[in-house]
Amino acid sequence: MSDTDVPAGEVAVEEPALIHGFPSSLSHGQLVVHVDAGHYLELVTALRDDGYAFCADLTVVDYLLAIDRPMPTGVTPERFEVVVNLLSMDEGTRVRVRAQVPESDPTVPTLFGLYPGTEAMEREAYDMFGVVFEGHPDLTRILMPDDWEGHPLRKDYAVGRIPVQFKDAPGPR
Amino acid sequence: MDLTAETDEHSQELKRRSETSPAEGAIERGAVLRGVATSDDVDVEITDDETMIINMGPQHPSTHGVLRLMLELDGETVLRCKPIIGYLHTGMEKTGEDLTYLQGPTNVTRMDYASPLNNELVFALAVEKLLELELPARAQWIRMLMAELNRISSHLLFLATNGMDLGAISMMIYGFRDRESVLAFFEKTTGLRMNHNYIRPGGVAADLPDGWRDDVLRICDDLPVHLDEYDQLLTGQPIWRERTQGIGVITQEQAIAVSATGPILRSTGLPWDLRRTIPYLFYDQLEFDVVVGTYGDTFDRYAIRLNEVRESIKLVRQILDRMPAGDYRAQDKKVTPPPRARIDESMEALIHHFKIFTEGYKVPEGEVYVAIESPRGELGCYIVSDGSARPYRLHIRAPSFVNLQVLPHLLRGGLVADAVAVISSVDPIMGEVDR
Amino acid sequence: MGLEDLQHNFLTGSLEDLVKWARRNSVWPATFGLACCALEMMATGAAHYDLSRFGMEIFRASPRQADLMIVAGRVSQKMAPVLRQVYDQMVEPKWVISMGVCASSGGMFNNYAIVQGVDQIVPVDVYSPGCPPGPETLMHSILTLHEMIRTGEITRRRADSGGGAGVHLDHPGPKVAVATPR
Repeated sequence: MSDTDVPAGEVAVEEPALIHGFPSSLSHGQLVVHVDAGHYLELVTALRDDGYAFCADLTVVDYLLAIDRPMPTGVTPERFEVVVNLLSMDEGTRVRVRAQVPESDPTVPTLFGLYPGTEAMEREAYDMFGVVFEGHPDLTRILMPDDWEGHPLRKDYAVGRIPVQFKDAPGPR
Repeated sequence: MDLTAETDEHSQELKRRSETSPAEGAIERGAVLRGVATSDDVDVEITDDETMIINMGPQHPSTHGVLRLMLELDGETVLRCKPIIGYLHTGMEKTGEDLTYLQGPTNVTRMDYASPLNNELVFALAVEKLLELELPARAQWIRMLMAELNRISSHLLFLATNGMDLGAISMMIYGFRDRESVLAFFEKTTGLRMNHNYIRPGGVAADLPDGWRDDVLRICDDLPVHLDEYDQLLTGQPIWRERTQGIGVITQEQAIAVSATGPILRSTGLPWDLRRTIPYLFYDQLEFDVVVGTYGDTFDRYAIRLNEVRESIKLVRQILDRMPAGDYRAQDKKVTPPPRARIDESMEALIHHFKIFTEGYKVPEGEVYVAIESPRGELGCYIVSDGSARPYRLHIRAPSFVNLQVLPHLLRGGLVADAVAVISSVDPIMGEVDR
Repeated sequence: MGLEDLQHNFLTGSLEDLVKWARRNSVWPATFGLACCALEMMATGAAHYDLSRFGMEIFRASPRQADLMIVAGRVSQKMAPVLRQVYDQMVEPKWVISMGVCASSGGMFNNYAIVQGVDQIVPVDVYSPGCPPGPETLMHSILTLHEMIRTGEITRRRADSGGGAGVHLDHPGPKVAVATPR
């Protein structure tokens, strides 16, 4: 078993195949489905009913510096992307859901009702990026102190380096 | 100076029942996994002023690092539990965006510091997938050898700390004694006892040293004898059994619902091991058994890890026999640095060396998620690349971070002493929990 | 009654030596293993490297019973007040070894999340470099600390500058333990 969902020898098609009505693509042999924030819960529920009963990972990516990234037709890129990796233990296959979340309203429904394991993952996403998960039972910071200001993993949040006394050495960036 | 106020984490803490929302209370009671409605199974006969809310950690001898547990106790019985983490948050994912792909392993290796080579492996596999780089066979086999030896040293650490937590203090000394032999081999091969930065995208940093076969064979010969001794010391012993059997029971549905992997999931009877189900490297060519438990309790998790050491020794012997000759890293000039001797001879080699170490090599745009089976469960790496020499986003799916969510359910109804046993059996490493 | 209160004369000389001998030969560390360095600290306490020969094998969980805090690992923003609280709970005479580069200076993590050097929070007596420092380096730093206790350098320094934490030192600073090459 491999972690691709497409039989070997099948050529990637021009128009993205639709999974439950949403455009999909192949990323290095891995199936990715793109969705907007409004239909996110509907898609994940449908995938869960398809057999993807295990939520491996939920995270967020801040595309502030790469907002014009290549996307399949019909998908509007937004600043934040909620990325959910689901796994079907019966088949041994994975699928990735990429939900576009706008900066103006960074809210998506929570997956806690479907996958209780996303409780901590969503709290971390909220803490690091400020994406709000509606319906989450306890959306508080998890890694930073409770009174911390700002969301550290956002691209407009500085790394917070202090200057070190190396003569003329440039930092990594 | 009001120290209590300074160490208060406000809304992240466990509050009195009257101040806790029903949904949050359900999580803290572990009711979500039991499928119980939020209002059922609350201890209504015990009032708020009859219970104690105490703090366990973050500085505590038995919480395996800086884990803070707030417990609501009725006497010695745990009613509610809330783990508070973040005491080791290092901003590694942010730092990872500042480091080149060659420097990346130094960062990720310090996440799960009990099995650092596994972190490096998953990072390297993710980068190689983005680069679409083919590796020579020897590099993959060396990686498997190191990963399995790391599994052995990590499980020995578990046996040592688990034994000590449950009172078998001599187990601590024995576990570390055996770890030393594995760490000595690591030091010989990689240069360091821990946090090796050995497995890099493109292969490994250096070839195996001369005489490695004898060293590894010595480990494989000495260790099973010691493991039988530990078996004899612990497995049949009545006190050990009383303290671990039936404690911290989880069912298969609950484990899958909460996304737990590794020995926790396997203790419920599901043979889910990524080395077998979604193989990577050359695990599909090797013979080994996936160890599963039956009851999902603490004893099962201990027994699984003990036997996984035996399985890893089996794997190491097979790798010893089948190690192919060849390159220990890919010969792609843009990715792997040239051998040091060539730098004196060839200008091109010097330029490549310079560029790789200062600028770094560029990785094509894309995103990829790769997962391997670390000693704690599914360790995943999600990298988004924007075509530059540094990751745009580096995310590590840490197994301990997700596994910690089982704690409220496992601790409920048990005694405080059982809490120590359960935390130890979940085997969290806070470095990867907090990253 | 500490050594600081003694009038130093030839009569109290051997008493001082006795007290210093007792102090340095039974330094009890507090468990403060935070990250990777904690594993090396445990390995130093285990059989192969054996801290027991220095009288230090028992790591006291309660800071009230401990003399030495080995800050082993990176200190995050959330952990800093806890570190200070545990240090304050320790009873004089107390010492701090900053184990590893993360505790000494922030190490490779020069970012928002890590305190850049634990000496911003507690006064450090010995810095131990390494990532992580091997058991031999840690033992060298412990022996350096023992030497500092033996020569009384620590108590003299504390007595002159007022003792306790949060004080800046004008004297030659703490020593840095360097692992001797094989």
